Amino acid sequence: MTQLALVIDLNVCVGCHACVTSCKEWNTSGAAGFMSDDNPYDRDPTGTFFNRVQTFEVGEYPDTQTVHFPKSCLHCEDPPCVPVCPTGASYKRPEDGIVLVDYDKCIGCKYCAWACPYGVREIDEHQKVMKKCTLCVDRIYDEKLPQDERKPACVQACPTNARLYGDIHDPESVVSKAIRDNGGYQLMPEWGTQPANHYLPRRKTEMRIHKDELERADNPLKIDGLLPKPGVKEPALDDVTSW
Amino acid sequence: MSAVLQPAAERTETKNTTCYMCACRCGIRVHLRNGEVRYIEGNPDHPLNKGVICAKGASGIMKQYSPARLTRPLKRKQGAQRGAAEFEAITWDEAFAVMEERLAKIRATDPKKFALFTGRDQMQALTGLFARQFGTPNYAAHGGFCSVNMAAGMIYTIGGSFWEFGGPDLERAKLFVMIGTAEDHHSNPLKIAISKFKRQGGRFISVNPVRTGYSAIADEWVPIRPGTDGALLLALCHEIIHTGLYDREFLARYTNAGYLINLDEKSEDYGLPLRAGEPTRHDNPHYHHDQLWWDRISNQPLINHAPGADPSLLGEFGLPDGTPVKPAFQLLMERVKDYTPEWAEGITGIPVATIRRLAHEMGVTARDQKIELPIAWTDSWGKEHESVTGNPVAFHAMRGLAAHSNGFHTIRALAILMSLLGTIDRPGGFRHKAPFPRAIPPLAKSPNSPDAIKPNTPLGGLALGWPAQPDDLFVDDAGKAVRIDKAFSWEYPLAVHGLMHNVITNAWRGDPYHIDTLMIFMANMAWNSTMNTVEVRRMLNDRDETGEYKIPFLIVCDAFQSEMTAFADLVLPDTTYLERHDVMSMLDRPISEFDGPVDSVRIPVVPPKGECKPFQEVLIELAGRLKFPAFVNADGTRKFRDYPDFIVNYETEPGSGIGFLAGWRGKSGEKFMQGAPNPRQWEMYANNNCVFHYRLPRSYQYMRNWNQGYHEWAQRTRLRRYADPIVIQLYSEVLQKFRLAAQGRGGSKKRPPEHLRARIETYFDPLPFYYAPLEVQVTDTNTYPLSAITQRPMAMYHSWDSQNSWLRQIHSHNYLFLNSKTATSQGIADDDWIWVESMHGRVRCMCRLSEAVEPGTVWTWNAIGKARGAWHLAPDANESSQGFLLNHLIADELPADGSGGRFSNSDPVTGQAGWYDVRVRIYKAAADEAQESWPQFDAMKPLPGTSAARRLWQAFVAGKGEFK
Amino acid sequence: MHPAFSVIFLTTLIGVGQGLFLALYVAEAGALFELLPAQEGGGFFAAGSALALGFLAVGLFASFFHLGHPERAWRSAAMWRTSWLSREVIVLPGFMAAVFAYGLAHYLGFGGTLMLGGLGVLLCLGLFICTGMIYACLRFLQEWATPLTVVNFILLGCASGFTFAAAFAAVAGGGVTLVFGEWAVVLALAAMCTRVAALVRNRRIKPKSSLQTAIGVKHPRIAQKAQGFMGGSFNTREFFHGRQPSVLRLVKWTFLVLAFPVPVALLLAAMALNSQPFFMLAFAVQYCGLVAERWFFFAQANHPQNLYYQAIS
Repeated sequence: MTQLALVIDLNVCVGCHACVTSCKEWNTSGAAGFMSDDNPYDRDPTGTFFNRVQTFEVGEYPDTQTVHFPKSCLHCEDPPCVPVCPTGASYKRPEDGIVLVDYDKCIGCKYCAWACPYGVREIDEHQKVMKKCTLCVDRIYDEKLPQDERKPACVQACPTNARLYGDIHDPESVVSKAIRDNGGYQLMPEWGTQPANHYLPRRKTEMRIHKDELERADNPLKIDGLLPKPGVKEPALDDVTSW
Repeated sequence: MSAVLQPAAERTETKNTTCYMCACRCGIRVHLRNGEVRYIEGNPDHPLNKGVICAKGASGIMKQYSPARLTRPLKRKQGAQRGAAEFEAITWDEAFAVMEERLAKIRATDPKKFALFTGRDQMQALTGLFARQFGTPNYAAHGGFCSVNMAAGMIYTIGGSFWEFGGPDLERAKLFVMIGTAEDHHSNPLKIAISKFKRQGGRFISVNPVRTGYSAIADEWVPIRPGTDGALLLALCHEIIHTGLYDREFLARYTNAGYLINLDEKSEDYGLPLRAGEPTRHDNPHYHHDQLWWDRISNQPLINHAPGADPSLLGEFGLPDGTPVKPAFQLLMERVKDYTPEWAEGITGIPVATIRRLAHEMGVTARDQKIELPIAWTDSWGKEHESVTGNPVAFHAMRGLAAHSNGFHTIRALAILMSLLGTIDRPGGFRHKAPFPRAIPPLAKSPNSPDAIKPNTPLGGLALGWPAQPDDLFVDDAGKAVRIDKAFSWEYPLAVHGLMHNVITNAWRGDPYHIDTLMIFMANMAWNSTMNTVEVRRMLNDRDETGEYKIPFLIVCDAFQSEMTAFADLVLPDTTYLERHDVMSMLDRPISEFDGPVDSVRIPVVPPKGECKPFQEVLIELAGRLKFPAFVNADGTRKFRDYPDFIVNYETEPGSGIGFLAGWRGKSGEKFMQGAPNPRQWEMYANNNCVFHYRLPRSYQYMRNWNQGYHEWAQRTRLRRYADPIVIQLYSEVLQKFRLAAQGRGGSKKRPPEHLRARIETYFDPLPFYYAPLEVQVTDTNTYPLSAITQRPMAMYHSWDSQNSWLRQIHSHNYLFLNSKTATSQGIADDDWIWVESMHGRVRCMCRLSEAVEPGTVWTWNAIGKARGAWHLAPDANESSQGFLLNHLIADELPADGSGGRFSNSDPVTGQAGWYDVRVRIYKAAADEAQESWPQFDAMKPLPGTSAARRLWQAFVAGKGEFK
Repeated sequence: MHPAFSVIFLTTLIGVGQGLFLALYVAEAGALFELLPAQEGGGFFAAGSALALGFLAVGLFASFFHLGHPERAWRSAAMWRTSWLSREVIVLPGFMAAVFAYGLAHYLGFGGTLMLGGLGVLLCLGLFICTGMIYACLRFLQEWATPLTVVNFILLGCASGFTFAAAFAAVAGGGVTLVFGEWAVVLALAAMCTRVAALVRNRRIKPKSSLQTAIGVKHPRIAQKAQGFMGGSFNTREFFHGRQPSVLRLVKWTFLVLAFPVPVALLLAAMALNSQPFFMLAFAVQYCGLVAERWFFFAQANHPQNLYYQAIS
């Protein structure tokens, strides 16, 4: 069974929001129907987005990490939003594990959003249906697109390639390897939702310099005479003892 | 999923062009549905961004369909004040007639009374040509207030610079040190590269007062006090030299480390390299190459690069004639002797141990992880090398270093550090991009006398150039500035990008003179692109005793209803980037890669909205009407139909074969770099992803300062006139020449006026030195203890995107970020309204506590705050009611120092605006004060031609025709 | 959570309707076993059923305001296998039909009302369970995920229904006023115990999720600086009550006073004085208390998604 998912590498995400707007751009004119914006040019502009990038500070100055944290639907393997839906509008596709909303069935009761601990569903205030990341289901199977472009818009856009995409049930996929090799983890594991999307943690490359690496025979200062041998006339044991 | 919301009929097409949501110039593929923009994605076949796109690029749709767009030429209403934004729409015919009459009169009388200054445009080759043909010296782009210190400091040292002209080779680097860069220049390519670098296991260190953006993913964040980078870099040089971690071989052969410097106090040439007086094969009218080394093998002075010779880099010698000399490197070592890590700790706030460790990491990585590529090449002195080697330590720096009044020397120190490590144009280090490297300094010069300005005649030289000596300065016999911004004067001698930030103040005051017409293209000089914003707005609206405006006529060309448009007498509606032709030309700042020259174009994907006209077309039209020699035929008829025609057919000189585009030249497109105009050139660019990319043979891709093969290639393709080596200037001969002039000696005829002598003598030090920024020197730092700086958010480009309904949701207003401890010590809590006060003014804003900022620094996102009603936002929009502009705190001029001189708040060498020098204090706003940012200005009314009403809500679906 | 008045009215009004129906059935069954006085004719039950139906209908009507697409509400019966909401959507009309039939049978004097009523009671209890489980089944809404949620829905609904029934009986006569009143007092006191138990439980809740688990970073000190947008979103509107803690405290004490002791006192007084207005007042006060209680029920629930929406910059 296939489970498509995103793996988000926090080690390289610089928080540029490319995934945020490329998602909106693709989807607002896509099969999902529009993604409306209220007060677009007034006070408190607010709109529907499937994906947001947040910023957290971890630790205390000067040992601070700034963590940019993109978040969209995690396509849980055991999605709590699906069984609660009274109409069956919210469903998980058996063929690829994508959690979707059928906008023709959705009554806009918001119960699925209540049932999602991650806050990744947003009701469109004007279409009045619940919306969420579709993993660009209208891109990834589009045979009119070249094979390597059949990816979610956010994955295509991401300048740091912080968004990996693939089948986490295929142990040889890029995403499975990334999870395995780099300590990929799930959000809020305490609820047993088994999010398909994983996150890769920050990794730190350090350099250790041994003291003796600074003492080298080929030190260029020697060439220019700045590391001279002591003068022959300087005091030595020869001057003071005969053993 | 529902198909109900899709437009019925669908006509789709895809067109390639180049993005312009920032200055990065990524290739984009624009998908259209029924003629409307449906999706903008990165072009996977583009060398710059390789298919990726950023938040701004992916929001281009909302720029294209923004209600803030200007669509008609506008004339200020009779009797309306400037700034009141009261306009009436006029036709282009009227607009051209007004401009033609006014400009023709100026050109026929005193061309310098016309000034053209442009913002973050990408057509400086054309705007510069226009100004030159007009005959005015008063032209520059935004470089002076952007990052000219970076360009000048690096180019005067290594002949190349960061961003367009060069960058870090992260493909091969093992250690990457980023200093003073938040998230701006070369944005997507740098993001791509940093990510790959990290995944390859490279170590990434970021030195910055603030940890945002790229710094967030650094392996180590080294917080530093703003404006003290020079101290850090000099201490790193100190440590690297004193522990012997420098690349001696590189320094000896490729830099002027071994040049013997004349230390005869009585000599006219004191402090200059001594020359052998012999001709060399590299000599040219501008540069000689016969400097002396002290050969340590034969223990005698020899001409540099004499066969078998190896220069002593350290020591003290006497020439046969008794002249005392020292190698330049000895002088550098003496200079950094006292710049110890202990000394730097007190200035930078970085612990001694960290500074030492950084130096050791750099030095040991450079020394022990050498790269060797199996590429044979020949250097300028004829030595054949079997391989290209490299030391894998790469740097990147930008405005955090540049935007200080000590930035030039800071950046010289950086370039010297990079050279000490032997990382210039070598794999894993810094790599040049064509047309760089160039001679130090480049040959282009501005005129050096006011005689170059004659009525109805093109300017006798380039408006901007690279002074190599005092006689190159653009001053009159009394030593006074000829340019309105005083670039290339004794005040700012190496102002190679001009001083746009001084133009309004100078023109208003009439110092050095009054002008008649100021034309501003896409620069928001009444808001975020100016220092001292409140006063500058007043100056723009100020009149003399006769009731005439002090700046009599103001033309503003912009695509959007910016704050600046409110002050214009004439507003010209520009197109967006999706509606026009553009060239990223080799004559300007192309998008070259490390492996060879690349230039690119924009090709319209949608027709212009309303009556919008690309600024280039305005210039071509005016140039024809004003009969500029390069734009008319012998019979006085217009030479170029329009801008695309100009790009194809213009040659720098008749028959030169050099034009704006380097690709597909020659009658049928068979040539590149040089060749006859090709009528199908646009088509060929269009068919090739809008890019021309020439990959140099591998043996020409490295060591290009001294690569004989590359130089011969560059000479053949006319990239360079001469093929002489570009020797790194650890010790700057140019700076010493200015210092000598200030001391009343040396060979130059021009000497600084009395009141500027000490300034020139101090700041034109041939070796880098640290001094506190000028503004800080005159600030009572007990009263104003904190540095205030801005960072650029990745989802906004300067002020451009508040009219973009998607991007403004991400940043609708800004906070002042301050360290939690700094805040707590003053009883300030998260979300409090506070005052931020400098010597020059104060602003009220909201604050956000942070652990990711150095305690002596406060910062905010740049240019999120807007004036009420500007950019077609509601008068109570968050941008104006909660957002704020730090510019109100920053002075355009330094406080008077009693010398009688008035100085821009800028670097004394280059005139770079000292944005980040301001010191502030903060305190809580009183409980009864308005919870609103301050200062506030009268709301700007929507300009005629912008959308009449704002939508209460919108839902963009391409192809339905609702967003015309 | 953001308390939505559509849902507050839905749950409180159908609770009254359900309790009222149970009271009616108690009266009929009690009469059967001669524990309570028999009613003459079906008028009492028919009128009572009509009132119960009224509460249920108004509640149902209110619920439509919660929907983005009320015209598609019929679809929501589809997922009864998994969704408590779907089950409620089925049971509620079923119960209403039973109440209607029960009332009609009484009105027309048909037999079998006891059987019909019995069915109604089952549906009524089912409805209570469905309504309660809609909230109790959301396990990460820890304030709700407890059997006490279902118990409270039952007891609060019954208490308010019996209070209303007492008032109704006081007006309609039939001799069951005191019985209803006594039951109402007992139910109110029982509901108070379980509701206070829920409060005590909720005060001791240790949130299972934290910023650490939310973003997967192990560090005691994590602070959000930006939630990714500044002008608000569905996430900031739907899951936050947006009130000061003091308002919450005030509402809590309001419902603790208005839903329990005051109506109990009023009921006792009404029974002692045999005062119709006091019965009505008791119901009115209690209903107001229950609206406050339901508002608080929503507001107090702290959704783990809120961890992601704490700061803008």
